[in-house]
Amino acid sequence: MAFESLTDKLSGVFKKIRGQSKLTEKNMEEMLREIRVALLESDVNFKVVKSFIADVKEKAIGQDVYNKVNPSQMIVKIVHDEIQDLLGDEQEGIQYEKPLTVIMMVGLQGTGKTTTAGKLGYYFQNKENKKVLVAACDIYRPGAIDQLRAVASNAGIGFYEEGDKVDPVKIAIHAKEKASKEGYDVLIVDTAGRLQIDEALMDELKRINHEIHPKEVLLLVDAAAGQDAVNVANAFNKELRLTGVILSRLDGDARGGAALSIKYLTGLPIKFAGVGERVNELEMFYPDRMADRILGMGDVVTLVEKAKEAIDEKQAEKDARKMMEGEFTLEDMLRQMKQVQKIGSLGAIAKLIPGMPKITDEQQEKAKQEMKVFEAIINSMTPYERRHPEILRYSHKNRIAKGSGYTNADVNRVLRKFEQSKQMMKQMKQYQKSGRFPPGGLGGLGGF
Amino acid sequence: MGLFSFLKNKFSKKDVKEKEETKSYEKGLEKSRKAFASKLDSLSKRYASVNEEYFEELEEILIESDVGVELSIRLIEKLLDQAKLEKITDPKTINEALVDAMFVDYATSGEAIENEITFQKEGPTVLLVCGVNGVGKTTSIAKLAYRYKNKGKKVALAAGDTFRAGAVEQLSVWAKRLGVDIVTGKEGADPASVAYDGAKFAKEHGIDLLIVDTAGRLQTKNNLMQELGKMSRVLSKEIPGAPHETFLIIDATTGQNGVVQAKAFKEVTPVSGIVITKMDGTSKGGIILSIRDELGVPVRFIGLGEKMEDLREFDLDQYLNGLLLGEQDA
Repeated sequence: MAFESLTDKLSGVFKKIRGQSKLTEKNMEEMLREIRVALLESDVNFKVVKSFIADVKEKAIGQDVYNKVNPSQMIVKIVHDEIQDLLGDEQEGIQYEKPLTVIMMVGLQGTGKTTTAGKLGYYFQNKENKKVLVAACDIYRPGAIDQLRAVASNAGIGFYEEGDKVDPVKIAIHAKEKASKEGYDVLIVDTAGRLQIDEALMDELKRINHEIHPKEVLLLVDAAAGQDAVNVANAFNKELRLTGVILSRLDGDARGGAALSIKYLTGLPIKFAGVGERVNELEMFYPDRMADRILGMGDVVTLVEKAKEAIDEKQAEKDARKMMEGEFTLEDMLRQMKQVQKIGSLGAIAKLIPGMPKITDEQQEKAKQEMKVFEAIINSMTPYERRHPEILRYSHKNRIAKGSGYTNADVNRVLRKFEQSKQMMKQMKQYQKSGRFPPGGLGGLGGF
Repeated sequence: MGLFSFLKNKFSKKDVKEKEETKSYEKGLEKSRKAFASKLDSLSKRYASVNEEYFEELEEILIESDVGVELSIRLIEKLLDQAKLEKITDPKTINEALVDAMFVDYATSGEAIENEITFQKEGPTVLLVCGVNGVGKTTSIAKLAYRYKNKGKKVALAAGDTFRAGAVEQLSVWAKRLGVDIVTGKEGADPASVAYDGAKFAKEHGIDLLIVDTAGRLQTKNNLMQELGKMSRVLSKEIPGAPHETFLIIDATTGQNGVVQAKAFKEVTPVSGIVITKMDGTSKGGIILSIRDELGVPVRFIGLGEKMEDLREFDLDQYLNGLLLGEQDA
């Protein structure tokens, strides 16, 4: 996930200071140097880094953190606030316009415009209940129209094209006419990607912009973009007056510093973030949460919202109560595991929970495989056995193993895991009462 | 091969290089060059002699071109030592020394560089092309096919990107335009089976160069990376030693994540070279220096534009000069 290494780096820096009881001018310099390197390695623009470091330093001095006991928390707070400043204060959504909202997607080649056009359409249709049309105005890249057609049908939204022989400006105008006539709420115009120095393309984009008056002109920026990203954003902004940025491929391990920089230097808000290849993997971008994530404080709100979408709430509440009561059956465990899978990849979730140890991709794959084994074994039990696993004897286990295609040892493993989970639930209840979490976080959940 | 012979080799090659090629190379890099030329120009004008701030600004220029902070700091430290030792105070001399230091670092980090694809003495040579999404894999494949077809090789393509909507069509359009054979599978088919069919086709039809396309994948997607490893293994079963070359395509706008990309791809398939695309923008592609520095993988080709001919052999000397010195020195 993006920013992971920045989190690692900064927590490394902070750990170093934590060891020292007092912050002196000397170790302050060292810390600032480390923060500088970490930010630069995350592709934060060097100009931004420079002013960032200066701000942190000034604030640290202003708040008189020197010679105080435990000043590191103060620095963490300053850095956190600065990053949040950098990302902007509030989440900014799409501005709608009655009766038709026109959105124009622009960006360099290969930043994911076409895929994102589909995702955005899916988002408007399914989360905002809008009727969406996408228009294919990239007539240059071979296969671009086919791709958009496939993406649109996948997203279940309307699609408009006129082949690759018609002037894209005309296509855009016709698409808008169609959208107005047929009662669409949103028109998304996919445009050709080029290099920003391409004047002919800029001219074409300007003409489309002039003809269809989009409410939103969104620039696609790759999370892996380097130092030049701010120049790109400036160039597009100068010609087209952008209204926001969509950050693509935030599901990779790129640190996404370019996005931070664009927001800081151009003031353009980041409105959405692409977090996967599937059509529903586009999220609203929440700057305040992202600052927490950068600093490794976890992003609990995102997790809760993700979970809400995937989990049947009533069932979850029932499960939670049962769990806390310690009345927890194998059926509950299986259902829980399935729900966790629905939320998304385990690793992604773990990263959102503060104090949760990191899960590697391999572990994640393993967990997925494990899930299959668990499901087969539990499904091979009778309903009574699932609720009362304590009655299981050798002969039962033999039958279950055979039925599921696994071994006795696997059956025992499931039962052991079940006992552990049950135990943990009881503990959590205790901790809940006392209002404290077990030391080392919820590490035990990682095995699910 | 020692540094000296490497340098000599490089320079002698440059002499015979066609003027026209050099010209287009320069044109492609013009934008980045202009930015740097003016920057370095104003930098050396502002400083009568070099001091600490001068080096700081030099470091920023390196970082700004995505060279990477670790390598940039190391280069500047080296330069500081040299300046002190040789008592250099002239900004222009320092700039030249910087280019030299970068040249030496690149040339000595890993094996010597042969840009062209090394062909097998017998049977088809297989080139696997991989990279993250949107870097320009398909276009680069078309350019490579064009290049080797013009050199009299019999080229075939295998459309191994069965994932992205429209990818097979895109490659098929190129194959038709170029007049080369293409082996395709259905959308959503196992890419390893397409690779297998491609290898079989290449053997049966006396193909010299089989270029295998792959779906773009983020290096964090474990299962997709494993799939790439599988394609590699399937190819080697059908044609011993295949893929003989694996090119990783990297977008010139990529930042420090490029090193992570190269590392991850190298783990699942033997990456033998990098093709850097979209160098005709203002991006400097400095990440290739970090990749070479850390992993030893050389850049083989460089994409300078959208036309078929716009794929050039990577020339370190020209690149560095374009990167740092600007027009007055070129």
